[in-house]
Amino acid sequence: MGVEFLYPEYEVIRSTDRCIACRVCERQCANEVHSYSAERGAMISDESKCVNCQRCVSLCPTRALKIVRSDCVLKANANWSNDTIREIYKQANSGGVLLSSMGNPKSMPVYWDRILINASQVTNPPIDPLREPMETRVFLGKKPDRMTRSPDGRLVCDLPPQLELSMPVMFSAMSYGSISYNAHASLARAATELGTYYNTGEGGLHEDFYKYGAHTVVQVASGRFGVHEDYLEAGAAIEIKMGQGAKPGIGGHLPGTKIVGDVSRTRMIPEGSDAISPAPHHDIYSIEDLRQLVYSLKEATEYKKPIIVKVAAVHNIAAIASGIARSGADIIAIDGFRGGTGAAPTRIRDNVGIPIELALASVDRRLRDEGIRNNVSLVVGGSVRSSADVVKAVALGADACYVATAAVLALGCHLCRTCQTGKCNWGIATQRPDLVKRLNPDIGSERLVNLMTAWRREIMELMGGMGINSIEALRGNRLMLRGVGLNEKELEILGISHAGE
Amino acid sequence: MKRVYVNEEWCLGCRLCEYNCAFANSGLSDMVLALKDKPVFPRIHVEGDEKITYAVSCRHCEDPVCVKSCIAGALSKENGVIKADPDRCVGCLTCVLVCPYGALAPGENGVMLKCELCLENSCGEPACVKGCPNRAIVYEERGETA
Amino acid sequence: MPIKEGQIRIPSGCAIAAVISKEGKRMTGESITNAMKVMHDRSNGLGGGFAGYGIYPEYKDFYALHLFFDSRDTRKTCEAYLKEHFEIVHSEIIPTRKIPEITDEPKIWRYFVAPFRSALADMQLDEKEFVARAVMKINAGMPGAYVFSSGKNMGTFKAVGYPEDVGCFYRLDEYEGYSWTAHGRYPTNTPGWWGGAHPFTLLDYSIVHNGEISSYDANRRFIEMFGYKCTLQTDTEVITYILDYLTRVQGLTLEESANVIAAPFWSTIERESDRSKKERLTFLRTVFPSLLITGPFSVVLGFTGGLMALNDRLKLRSMVVGEKDDKVFISSEEAAIREMEPEAENIWAPAGGEPVIVRVREGAV
Repeated sequence: MGVEFLYPEYEVIRSTDRCIACRVCERQCANEVHSYSAERGAMISDESKCVNCQRCVSLCPTRALKIVRSDCVLKANANWSNDTIREIYKQANSGGVLLSSMGNPKSMPVYWDRILINASQVTNPPIDPLREPMETRVFLGKKPDRMTRSPDGRLVCDLPPQLELSMPVMFSAMSYGSISYNAHASLARAATELGTYYNTGEGGLHEDFYKYGAHTVVQVASGRFGVHEDYLEAGAAIEIKMGQGAKPGIGGHLPGTKIVGDVSRTRMIPEGSDAISPAPHHDIYSIEDLRQLVYSLKEATEYKKPIIVKVAAVHNIAAIASGIARSGADIIAIDGFRGGTGAAPTRIRDNVGIPIELALASVDRRLRDEGIRNNVSLVVGGSVRSSADVVKAVALGADACYVATAAVLALGCHLCRTCQTGKCNWGIATQRPDLVKRLNPDIGSERLVNLMTAWRREIMELMGGMGINSIEALRGNRLMLRGVGLNEKELEILGISHAGE
Repeated sequence: MKRVYVNEEWCLGCRLCEYNCAFANSGLSDMVLALKDKPVFPRIHVEGDEKITYAVSCRHCEDPVCVKSCIAGALSKENGVIKADPDRCVGCLTCVLVCPYGALAPGENGVMLKCELCLENSCGEPACVKGCPNRAIVYEERGETA
Repeated sequence: MPIKEGQIRIPSGCAIAAVISKEGKRMTGESITNAMKVMHDRSNGLGGGFAGYGIYPEYKDFYALHLFFDSRDTRKTCEAYLKEHFEIVHSEIIPTRKIPEITDEPKIWRYFVAPFRSALADMQLDEKEFVARAVMKINAGMPGAYVFSSGKNMGTFKAVGYPEDVGCFYRLDEYEGYSWTAHGRYPTNTPGWWGGAHPFTLLDYSIVHNGEISSYDANRRFIEMFGYKCTLQTDTEVITYILDYLTRVQGLTLEESANVIAAPFWSTIERESDRSKKERLTFLRTVFPSLLITGPFSVVLGFTGGLMALNDRLKLRSMVVGEKDDKVFISSEEAAIREMEPEAENIWAPAGGEPVIVRVREGAV
């Protein structure tokens, strides 16, 4: 290797006045940034290894540490940003495809932030959620087209299988392997306590978690890892993963170093072998093939479980969704381009796909135009960051939201975006036992429950303000939204008026 | 009686408990002032190896051998809490020898230091428990033990 | 240029009243007109209207289409359309009384019609669906023409003005019906348009409504999947379509429909001890979540042979019911009931979400 062109991206600032040399930072950094120099009698750091995960900062008992972005930067250039140049150096050095994780960090428009929510004044009373019932329960699944009556005139109350959610939020797919056993345990326990669902992702279901099956969505993806009869039976619903917002059009790759012990057993592949999910399902090259898989899974589970088809939000998403709605799927999950991942090629993560807000608005409209909106429920993810985003998504037409980044943040993630290294200092995106144990599921599940409870309260406040006391009256209620700073085309796609109109 | 218990499954070996303990018992309000550039004398110690770590502190035994063995009458039991009187301690280390848990250790001037559950210091509740980042140390009622 | 209903959504407050004879005894429209007088302050002169049932016994087998036209040309165009699809057995200008309180009236006509059998067969539609589609077609696609009543043996009469003046204008004292509903309007930001007044009707359903529903767009966007066009953007319109869809298209009973639009809270459903009722309520709420109506409303639905009164499930709008002999009275305020029948008995305020359904004795109409 020639000259190292890159000055470290971050600097570790240690206040020598405060540092008591307890060495907690050293013990907690899996990247080995910190060490104690006996000669100097002080802590020292190797900043080139720092990923800015803030574990040391969070645990330092005297707040002697902070991590700052290095101000050693190249000459300012509006076209060639520092990040772009760094990537060039990296590739010139390695010859490889750049890898990243978590969601697209680029400054693309966030439509949630350009949408405002209504409230009642005078003509219609706001409702106080502390005094009046406020309902957030949602049922996902196909609804019957026609009412039927038995010969004695009684309404026949048979429903296709439904998922019942206490609030319109579920934890979206993160595989065991990409995240740790304890992260899965936290999600499973929280989903159960909250009355919602978590999603296995494409990594199978660890035998310890079958007991949470009633609150589990089991995923079938292109690699079919961990898929067997008991697995399908264990979940409350089955999700066919066709694509992911962070990396539409490509498959997955969990490196062999993460395929250890239980991960290998759960995925049903040998230890140390790379888990490569192909880009397509090799039995689905078109919509009619999808229909066959949907019905195969329904047959396998005796039509007792709703089938979710998850796709990435891409340009012609409305037509794709319409096809899925006619394929027998009960629920469509759409993942926006800002969705997270444990690892994705940087160029794909940052340049492929479309914002979930626009995808949702156009899919909901298309399904209504075709009169088939009731055939499926719509779940959206890909950077739903707060209860306000949830409310906006529901008002645009979603039945529920998928959250994953928000969930891992609750578990301690600091969004350092280096999941692909497997050295997650927060015990989430790692399989190293000493790191995995850093996430105590007692704490993890409690924090997830706290987060969702807080969101639910906020959703109720926002609904009450609008004079709505049940979430179903918010769904697709686009009159409750106004755009701000959006052009006419954007407003047209979102199906909302501009503020002031 | 509520006691401090450790759960080795969640102990990260970060040793924050040791520093929080030493600070809580320092009588000072500033951790830097209390611990910077000084030897640290915690009353809880993280032990273990590469694979497993756990914190050890006084169990506050029902029938404490340390109290029985103390030649100076410096150790006593009050409301279930075993306390050390620094004025009486002669630093003979008998208690260190008899304690089956290794929960006692001498302090700066050779006087014995032991966990008194932070009930009378500035923390008011066990500082090791309060500061544990992974709930590996808990303060709870689990029924009596020897 | 002021904008009217259909171009913008206009919230409004209101007064409603209704009366029905369970024995099918016919009453003139005078009493209900007087009842609205005492609730004068609940309207602001920008809309009033009435629906009478049993008023056209001589044409009871024909759809009575009431239309507003903005010009003679519009009428001619519309009549040409009607003649293509319907047999028109009688047409006339609806008689009115010139009074200073009601001005700027459009051309107001009525047609008693029956769909051509051949047209029905061509389109493979039942008669009601055929008429409903023709109404939608005129209202959505023929500017200047507006069908404001389309049921059999019933009629709606509405205008811009206070309801008591509207009743006088349309000479309601000269009609006799076994039930009447009435509405006084308090829109918040419109000059008022004749078509925007209530009742709103589709076939023999008429709705008078007081409130502003917060679920409007959720309801509208759902119901529009099934061929309805919410051209007026009013609550009343969407409620009418929902009830038409649930009862006529889906075949639900009125009680079941009430359980959809004012569904009990889940906590109430969970407490229900009657298992089959619990199953039914859960089923209806799960299947039709988008037809739940939230926000304040009190509505009276008029239909052939009966009335249904319903409040939102939190009862955010006033509505009282009273009785006397064969008659049942419904109103926003008790004063209006007392005006119709000073001796009214059993006055009560129905609970939120609890439908009050009154039917004329079988065979009486």
